[in-house]
Amino acid sequence: MRIPLSWLSEYVDLALPPPELARRLTIAGVEVAGIESPAGEWDGIVVAEVLRVDPHPDADRLCLVTANTGAGQQTVVCGAPNVAAGQKVAFAPVGTRLIDGHTGKPTLLKPARIRGVQSAGMVLSEKELGLSEAHEGILVLPPDAVPGRPLADVLGQTAFQMDIRPNRPDLLSVLGVAREVAALTGRAIREPSTDYPAQGRPAKRRFSVEISDPDLCHRYVGGLIEELRVADSPPWLQERLTAAGMRPITNVVDITNYVMLELGQPLHAFDFERLRGGKIIVRRARAQEKLQMLDGSERELSPDMLVIADSERALAVAGVMGGSESEVSAGTRSILLESANFDAASIRRTSQALRLRTDASVRFEKGLSRGLPAVAARRATKLFVDICGGRVSQDIVDVFPGKEKDLRITLTQERLHRVLGAELTKAEVRRVLEGLGFGCRWLPPDHYVVRVPYWRSDIAIAEDVIEEVARIIGYDQLPTALLSGEVPEFTPDPRSELRETVRDALCSAGMQEVITYSLTTLEALQKVLAPEDLATYRPLRVANPMSREHEYLRTTLRASVLQTLSRNLHANPGLTALFETARVYIPNNSDLPQETDTVCAVISGRHADRWGRPTGSEAGFYDAKSYLERLLDLLHLPAAFQEKHDFAYLPGRTAAVLIGQREVGTVGELHPRVCASFDIDGPVAMFELDIDALRPHLQPAVHYQPVSPFPPVEQDLALILPAETEAARPLQIIADDSLVENVSVFDVYTGPPVPPGRKSIAFAISFRSPDHTLTDEEVARHRRKIIARLERDLDAEVRA
Amino acid sequence: MPSQTGKLTDDIPPIQSAALAQLDQITDVPGLESWRIAFLGRKGRLTLLLKQLPAIQNIDERRRLGSAGNALKQRLEAVYEERLAQLKEAQVAHAVASGRLDVSLPGPPLPRVHLHPVAQTLRDGLAAFRNIGFPVAGVPEVEWNYYNCQAMRIPPDHPARDMWDTLWVDVERDGRRQMLLRTHTSPNQIRIMERSQPPIRVVVPGRCYRFEATDPTHEWMMIQVEGLAVDDGISMANLKGTLAEFARRIFGRDRKVAFKCDYFPFVEPGMELRIDCFICRGEGRLPDGQPCRTCGHSGWIEILGAGMVHPEIIANAGYDAERYTGFAFGMGIERIALLRHGVDDIRHFYANDLRFLRQF
Repeated sequence: MRIPLSWLSEYVDLALPPPELARRLTIAGVEVAGIESPAGEWDGIVVAEVLRVDPHPDADRLCLVTANTGAGQQTVVCGAPNVAAGQKVAFAPVGTRLIDGHTGKPTLLKPARIRGVQSAGMVLSEKELGLSEAHEGILVLPPDAVPGRPLADVLGQTAFQMDIRPNRPDLLSVLGVAREVAALTGRAIREPSTDYPAQGRPAKRRFSVEISDPDLCHRYVGGLIEELRVADSPPWLQERLTAAGMRPITNVVDITNYVMLELGQPLHAFDFERLRGGKIIVRRARAQEKLQMLDGSERELSPDMLVIADSERALAVAGVMGGSESEVSAGTRSILLESANFDAASIRRTSQALRLRTDASVRFEKGLSRGLPAVAARRATKLFVDICGGRVSQDIVDVFPGKEKDLRITLTQERLHRVLGAELTKAEVRRVLEGLGFGCRWLPPDHYVVRVPYWRSDIAIAEDVIEEVARIIGYDQLPTALLSGEVPEFTPDPRSELRETVRDALCSAGMQEVITYSLTTLEALQKVLAPEDLATYRPLRVANPMSREHEYLRTTLRASVLQTLSRNLHANPGLTALFETARVYIPNNSDLPQETDTVCAVISGRHADRWGRPTGSEAGFYDAKSYLERLLDLLHLPAAFQEKHDFAYLPGRTAAVLIGQREVGTVGELHPRVCASFDIDGPVAMFELDIDALRPHLQPAVHYQPVSPFPPVEQDLALILPAETEAARPLQIIADDSLVENVSVFDVYTGPPVPPGRKSIAFAISFRSPDHTLTDEEVARHRRKIIARLERDLDAEVRA
Repeated sequence: MPSQTGKLTDDIPPIQSAALAQLDQITDVPGLESWRIAFLGRKGRLTLLLKQLPAIQNIDERRRLGSAGNALKQRLEAVYEERLAQLKEAQVAHAVASGRLDVSLPGPPLPRVHLHPVAQTLRDGLAAFRNIGFPVAGVPEVEWNYYNCQAMRIPPDHPARDMWDTLWVDVERDGRRQMLLRTHTSPNQIRIMERSQPPIRVVVPGRCYRFEATDPTHEWMMIQVEGLAVDDGISMANLKGTLAEFARRIFGRDRKVAFKCDYFPFVEPGMELRIDCFICRGEGRLPDGQPCRTCGHSGWIEILGAGMVHPEIIANAGYDAERYTGFAFGMGIERIALLRHGVDDIRHFYANDLRFLRQF
C-alpha cells in the first residue's frame, strides 16, 4: 500500500525526516519497502504564504510578491496572473535546482534583477516543479499548508510504499500507519471526524438487513443517504486518491475508497433505488447463480460463496466485488452504504475461485476488526453529507451476530521477563501500550490487564502483547545474552555424519560435487530405469509442477547426474568426474515416501598426460571402481563385487557392490544406449551407493593389527587359468595362506603363448611371519601348498 | 732366504709410490674403487704382501715388514677416505650444476575439484552452530500438510500461505491432497519436539521447495537450516545472542547485527536478523559513490527469520507452555552463499556449470 506523507500527517505530526521515520517503522515490523519521492528534485523548495502583491515599478505585466517563507519575508518578481495575497505557494530560494519553465530542462536558480528589482527567488508553476506542463500560472497549494514546510511533505508526492505482513490488516490504512508513527514518536493521534447531522426517517423503516449465514458474515452495518448528488469529487479528495495510487471516479465511489484507505474498512455503495423488496439478505450463493460484475464480467457463483442480495437476486459477491446492476451511476439519488465484516477464509476462497483479487478482498481475507464497520460507516456518512450534499437517516442498521466481548489479556510481569529476558518498568510497559491505543492496568501484585483496541484483530495472547512492547521499544534496545543453562545431551546424527564423510572422500579423491534438482521428468527416469522398476516404484508426481522439467520426485540420481555431465562435457576436455549425494524418494503406498541418502558418481573422458592434456586412454569401469574402492577404504568397508545386469549398464562391465551379503550399490560402464540418450558420445562409468545401507556395516573404531618386525619374503607367481575365472578367486586362495601377508595382481594377459580359452594372471605375494624370520624351506613349503590348491580348485597351472 | 726376506721389505716403497701416483690420476668413484681393490682388496698388492708375513722365520724381519706394511696400509686407507670424500663432494657439485630444473613449470595436474559452494556454506553454517552447542538432526522433505502448515499455525485459506506457495504431491489420502514438498524447514520444530524432551538444541538442514518463478534472487528449490532451542528459561535475549554469534562467525567478528520485528505465524515475538553490509560496511554506497548492490543501497542485509516459538506450538508438542519457552530460526543457505561469494544470480548454483563450480 502507498501512504502519502501529506495524508499521513493529517492524523499525526511527522516529527522525523521521512528516511528516519521509514527506518523506525521498518524495524518495528511496519515495513517501508520504499520511499517514493516527487518527480522533480524538490530539495530546498518550501511552502510560502503570499502576504502582499505590489505592482512592479517598471513593468505592467509583472508584480512584486512578498511572502512568508517560514524563515522570514522575501520579495520576488512574478509574472503569474493568478497570484494573490493569502495564497499558499511553492517557493524556491536562489540556488535551488528547478525545471526551466520554458526549455523544460533542469537548471539552477541564480540571483537576478528583473527590470531593476532584485528577486530573492521564485514562486513556481507546476511545470517548473516537474508536475505537469501547466505554466500559465503558479501552483496554489491547499490553504492549510504551513509556511516553511518542505513542499514534498505538503503536496503529498512523497509516499511510503508499505509492505504489510498478513497479520496486520489494520496497517492497510493511513490511520493505521499513523497510529504506529504516534506510538514510535510519542505523538498524539488525531482521529478523523465522524460527526454529521442526522435527519430524515430512521433507516430501519426504509430497509432491513437479514444475515442468513452468520458463520460467514459477522456484522453488517447499513446506512442510507438520500438526495445526494453524484458528481466529481473535490480536488483535495481526487489528489489524495491519486497520491495513494487510486483513480478518482465519482464522489460516491471516491468516498468509499477514501474511507477504505483511511481506516482500512472496505465499503460498498448500492444504488438504493435498485434494491428490490427493501431488504438486504446476506446469504450463500445458489448453485449456478450468475452475477454481472462491476468489471463487466459475468461470474457463475457456487454455494460456498457469500453474496449480498435483495429479496430477488444477488447484488454483489460479499467482500470481493459489487454487481453492475446496483452500481451507483450519475443518476443515483440515494445510496445504501454497506460496511460489513465477513469470514476471512471464505473471502479468500471465493476470491481465489473467481480469480478476483480486489482492494476489498485483500483486506477481508486477513481478518478485519469486527469493531470497524460502524466507525467506517459513520466516517463515510459524514463525507457523503459534506461532499455530496446528502440527507442522512437518523440511525444506521447494525446487525451484529458475531459480536464478541472486548478482549482483555492478562500479562504477568514474570512472563514478560521470561520471554524477553529483560526487566521492564511498569511505566515503560504502560507508556508503550497506551501509545498504541491499548488499555493497560497494573493489578498488584504481579500482572497487567491489557485491553486490546478494536482495530487490532491480530492480538490474542500474552505473547502478542509482549511483541508489541518489544517492537516499539526496539529489539536492538533489549538485552542480548548467550544461552546458559543445561546443555542438552549430545545426540550425534550418524546419517548426516556418514553423508559428509562420503562427500569429503570423493572430493578428496578428485571428484567435483554437484547439487541438482530433486524433481525431474518421467522421460529422464525412463532412460535409466527398467520399465518394471518404474512400475514397481512409480515416482511420485507433483500435482502443480513449476514446469514439465521438474515434475517427478526422483527415485534415482542417475538421470540428474548424467544431464549435468552431458551439459559440461563440451567445455571440459579430458577427464570429468562428478558426484552428487542426495535423497531419492521411494514411494510407500499412500504414506510419506522413504527418503534414502544415495550417492551417484560418473567418470567420463580421457586421462591426462603429465601436462594435463587428454591422452588416448579413456576412463572406464576400473576408473569408477578405483574411486569407489578409495571411498570404501576410507570407510573401512570390505566390499565384494559380483557381475550383475542392470537396465542402464553395459552387460559384462557391471558389478553389484556387496558388503556382507547385502547389495549396497552398483558400479559399471553405462550402456551406450543410455549415453546416447543423454547426448554423450564416449563411454561413461558410474557408481551408485545407498548410503543409508552402508551405516549398519560401519565399525565404531578400527581394531589394531601388530606390525611384524621380521623381514618379508617377496615372490611372484604367474598362473594360467581358465579365461572366465575371476581374479578374486585365486587372490582369495593365496590370501588364505597363513604366511601370506599381502597379495596383489600385477599383470593380466591373454594371447600366445597362452592357449585359447585361458589367461595368465601374475601375482605379487609377500610372505611374512609375526614372530620369526622366515626360512627358504618354510616359504617353499607354503608356496607349494598354495599352488596345489590353485591347481585343484581352479584348474590353474603355473606359468614357466 | 735372507735375500728373499730383503726382497720382501724392498717391495714396500714401490707399492707406495705406485699407489700414490695412480691415485693422483683418479677422477671418479668407480676408479677409486678399482684403485682400492688393486692395493687394499683381498687380492690387492699390499694385502698379498702382508699375507706373506706369517711365513717369515726371522722375527726381526717379520716385525720390520709388518710394521712398514701396516703403516702403508693405514696411509693408503686414509688417503682413500680423503679422496672418496673429495670425489663425492665433486659429484654433488656436478649434480647441482647439471640438475637445475625449470621451477616455473607446473607439476602434473591433479583434478581441480571442490565441494559445491552451497554445500560449503551449509557446512560452515552447521559448524558455527555446532560450536555453539547445536548438533544436526534430520527430518523428511516430503511432508504432510499438517506438519508444514496446520501445526505451524498456518491454517488453510490463511493469507500467510501466500508466503509459502506450495508444490503438492499428487497423492490423495481420505480424498484430499495432503502430501507436499515442505516449503520451509520449520515443520522440523514439531517433528523434533515430538521425539525429544527439553532441553532441546538442534539445527536441521535440508532442501525446501516453493511454487515460485525463478529470478536472480529466487530459486524454487533451496537448502535451508532451521534451528530450535527449547528449555525452561530461554528468552529472546538468548535468541539474539545466539544469532549474533552465528552471524559473526560466518561473516566476520566485526559485523554489526540488528534485529527488526517481523511476522511468521509460528513465532511470537517474531524477528528478522540483519547484518551491516560487508561490502560497503553499512554505508549503502561504495567508496566511489556508487550505490552498493549487495545490500540494495540500504547498508543492511537480511539474513534470516527467527522468533520465540509460539506457545501453542510448545503446547501442541505436549510441553508445559507456561514453563518452557524456546526460540527458532530459519535461513536460506543459497542466499548466504550468494552474499559471501558475490554471486549475482542464484540460478548459477544449480545449473552446475563446472566452470562456475570450480571457482569455489
